[in-house]
Amino acid sequence: MTFLGHRATTARERRGWRDRRRWWPPALLAVLLLAPFSALPVPGLLSGPLGSPGSLQLLALCLLYGGLATGYDLLLGRTGLLSFGHALYFATGLYVTDLAMLEWRLPFAAAAAVGVGCALLLAVVLGAVGLRVSGIGFSMVTLAFAQAGSILVTRDPGGLTGGEEGRAVPADLLPDGVVGIQNTATLYWIALAYLVLTLAVVHWTVSSPIGRVWAGIRENERRVEVLGLRPYGFKLVAFVVAGGLAGAGGVVYLLLTGGATPQAASSDATLALLVMVILGGSGSRWGPLLGGVLYTWADHRLGDLANSGTVAGLPAVLRVPLSQPLFLLGTLFVAVVLLLPGGLAALPARVRARRSARGPRPAGLGTAPEGSAV
Amino acid sequence: MDTVILLLCTGLGLGALYFLVASGLSLIFGLMDVLNFAHGALLSVGAYAAWWATAQAGMDFYAAVAFGTAVGTLAAVLLELALIRPLYSRPRDQILATVGVGLAVPALLMGVWGADARPFPQPSGLSGTVRVLGAVVPVNRFVLMAAALLVLLALRLFLARTRYGLIVRAGVEDRAMVTALGIDVRRAFTLVFAIGGAAAALGGALAGLYFGSVAPGQGTGLLIFAFVVVVMGGMGSVTGAAVASAGVGLVQQFANYYTAAGLGDLSVVVLLAVLLLVRPGGLTGRLA
Repeated sequence: MTFLGHRATTARERRGWRDRRRWWPPALLAVLLLAPFSALPVPGLLSGPLGSPGSLQLLALCLLYGGLATGYDLLLGRTGLLSFGHALYFATGLYVTDLAMLEWRLPFAAAAAVGVGCALLLAVVLGAVGLRVSGIGFSMVTLAFAQAGSILVTRDPGGLTGGEEGRAVPADLLPDGVVGIQNTATLYWIALAYLVLTLAVVHWTVSSPIGRVWAGIRENERRVEVLGLRPYGFKLVAFVVAGGLAGAGGVVYLLLTGGATPQAASSDATLALLVMVILGGSGSRWGPLLGGVLYTWADHRLGDLANSGTVAGLPAVLRVPLSQPLFLLGTLFVAVVLLLPGGLAALPARVRARRSARGPRPAGLGTAPEGSAV
Repeated sequence: MDTVILLLCTGLGLGALYFLVASGLSLIFGLMDVLNFAHGALLSVGAYAAWWATAQAGMDFYAAVAFGTAVGTLAAVLLELALIRPLYSRPRDQILATVGVGLAVPALLMGVWGADARPFPQPSGLSGTVRVLGAVVPVNRFVLMAAALLVLLALRLFLARTRYGLIVRAGVEDRAMVTALGIDVRRAFTLVFAIGGAAAALGGALAGLYFGSVAPGQGTGLLIFAFVVVVMGGMGSVTGAAVASAGVGLVQQFANYYTAAGLGDLSVVVLLAVLLLVRPGGLTGRLA
């Protein structure tokens, strides 16, 4: 695959990465691992001390969505596939695991395996069909499939999915260690493990020969074809890996929230993932994770902040927009798309570029390098 | 027989609503290759503007519909000038920007007027029912059909008879060629966005009549069906969109009534996937 080697990083870049990145991911992981033992108060950011169940629950959700966004970016940022139906595989993992326990009385581990297996199978089938069209056609096919899944779940066929209410997970079939508020720390560690797993899978696949071809497809699909490779198979692999990761995320979500609700299957859920990835920085290693954590935190905490005294005292012109997390996130998303291609992850590089360029108005800052744009 | 006629009228009324959303969507995609995810938000803007005008400001119904349409047109033009135009060289980012607007606008409407549906005041002349071949059909179905027919007629006349219509038609066929001939096709972009926004906002105002209420998520809910119509009718084809929207509305109503509820929605969505896979040419722009 050396013919695609020009996309690989240069030696200087790689050395720079090693110097800068070797120490902080393990350090961050250690801090995250130890977080449940801390009683550090984080006023404003979290409602209670760091180790309290409420905070841990929110942090676990943040980590889970960080992982989900990282998995979604395998399609968007790494392979250049704009899927509007990623929530379908997340919801499949979620609902099938739940239903396997409720209807077949399977123990949790077996049910989770069935759930992830179904998500993988569905990704193979629908990916094989959907990838026959490319570009915006693919986006709309995935949207249609996901919408069909969403309608199906909401309509409650045969009383299986529970309609709008969803179905709660049977607590008696779960392992004892993950039930109840006193075990929130375990759930938090499970979410953290999911995130690490996703990061590892994405890192490993992207740096494999297949990952090189993905990068080639993202940059110029026609050229990959001219080089004698069929993009179809490579795209399908990306779709299935991402689908499987989303399915596993659904299982973690089931544990975290204790039930399956139709919101997980809605097209809004996919759009949320899209916003996370773009916000953080599509195609970068840490960007989607950052975006996922930030989005989830904002979605949960901005509502509380809006009800606090500082915001409630503001005139209506300011108070109303500030009380709507989705409005703020949507606006922020548009601003990032418009002004900051490459997302938040590209911010340090931009600041450095601005600093090193000593002119009052450095050229080339307004436009991002083509590769970093979505 | 009564049921069939009622379903027929309701289906066509719903189809008319789809057409109002899809005609603009189709023209925008045909000319600019932008799949406008904010089109549902434009419909909601029109709906809320009309609702505000009639319920809060006390305007008469027809003035309120005109007001809603004007506000929607303005919003669409603003969207094109502020977000679509700067991203002209990045087609995928254009779509993403419209996704962001599609999220933010309903959230803002929810923040200002609440998440619950607001009842839309029905004018006395349009709130009753008429008997058609023995079936009792609400008048507003026919109002929607008439509005859709008027918009279809106006769009066809505009496309066929005016200079700008000619530019739009030529742009759908081959945008690069139109630019090469020295015509500023970007002005046509703004125009197409204005037309699409006007049609969607009119649809929103009339959707208030059809559903009896306005809600923040209404437009986004209709958007997916408008996508089906656009793909079925062929991107960029107004007449195709008209035929497809009638078809989709009827299929949905009949399937929802005669089979399990929800199966109509499901069948239409699956139809979208099948169409795209069997006939990817439905995506290529052509004007009929």
